[in-house]
Amino acid sequence: MRANIRKIATFVEETSTEMGQSVNPPTRRAAAIAVIENPYAGQYVEDLSELMAIGEELGELLTQRAVAALGIAGPSAESYGKAAAVGENGELEHAAAILHPKLGTPVRRVLGKGAALIPSSKKRGGLGVVLDIPLGHKDAAFVRSHFDGMEVRISDAPRANEIMVAIAVTDRGRPLPRVGGLTKDQIKGEDGLR
Amino acid sequence: MPEVQIRKRVVAVEEIFHEGGPVATTPHRRAASLVVIRNPYAGRYVEKIEDFMDDLKPLGLDMARSLVRALGGDPKAVEGYGKGAIVGSAGELEHGALWHVPGGYAMREILGDAKAIVSSTKKVGGPGTRLDIPITHINASYVRSHFDAMEVGVADAPRADEILLALVMTTGARVHARVGGLKASEIKGQDGLR
Repeated sequence: MRANIRKIATFVEETSTEMGQSVNPPTRRAAAIAVIENPYAGQYVEDLSELMAIGEELGELLTQRAVAALGIAGPSAESYGKAAAVGENGELEHAAAILHPKLGTPVRRVLGKGAALIPSSKKRGGLGVVLDIPLGHKDAAFVRSHFDGMEVRISDAPRANEIMVAIAVTDRGRPLPRVGGLTKDQIKGEDGLR
Repeated sequence: MPEVQIRKRVVAVEEIFHEGGPVATTPHRRAASLVVIRNPYAGRYVEKIEDFMDDLKPLGLDMARSLVRALGGDPKAVEGYGKGAIVGSAGELEHGALWHVPGGYAMREILGDAKAIVSSTKKVGGPGTRLDIPITHINASYVRSHFDAMEVGVADAPRADEILLALVMTTGARVHARVGGLKASEIKGQDGLR
């Protein structure tokens, strides 16, 4: 591993009732989060390729962890998202270097497909900062039932010289979707949008 | 007797490799099982509530089993435990106390012959309230290396008429434990304390 990982956390949420209505089967989502050392903390570095390589490595590791936490095969995952929080001695661009250039390919390899853009969010913050990981359908970004978000936090991260990197995966959309729009059985799956 | 109505379950796992010191040969792991249930006594004062403890026993066992699974499946790997509850705003602290017996009983049952009292905490709070669950060694409360805590919470729970129940298990000492005191290897194992 190129990344110096201090800690990995996984969260699985299963919703079986919402507003008194049974959700059957329950909706489930999982997030896997790595807390790593920021190799560029405290300095301005022009070339961020080391973080891009770390992003590639974490894309695979965290997607595998999230899918394993759900207990499903990768291709059964329906939506996904990613996020990063940079500790106070880093820059937002460090999160961008991890998330954008190389992380997506291994995520899609683990999940079998993934024509849609992986929705993302990033921020800089202190210990216990909250990350709201945006979620969207992995093959068609416009599937309305799967627009969602998952809140995660780790009380002791990120320290000033660390970065938190998160990937979330679900086996379904929101618990009781009923606001119309494109449904998952209408996906054409050609352009990643519809 | 009131039925236990579950809205949501969350399992959180942390795997800690280091905290700035030597990388652990076996990472320290903590797991929390959180279940959000309807509070059958919300919104009114009910004198007799004890019977609900029996109703919660199967849920406690289920949560304890899920923690052993989350930590790799071997009950012998579990060395620390703790429990807690957050009662939504239409309930009272005493409703959280209903968790002492079924939560503690369940973990001892699943872990075999655990001798130490299960340390605990509870509070009344709104959605997103965090709870620091105290953790001690399962056979001897005074083992200093195992004094720990895990912060838990669920962004959308507990709602006013809900209770968030929590159990926590860990696989060993703090990752860089070095402040002396009673060691796990020195446990006499008679009184649950030393």
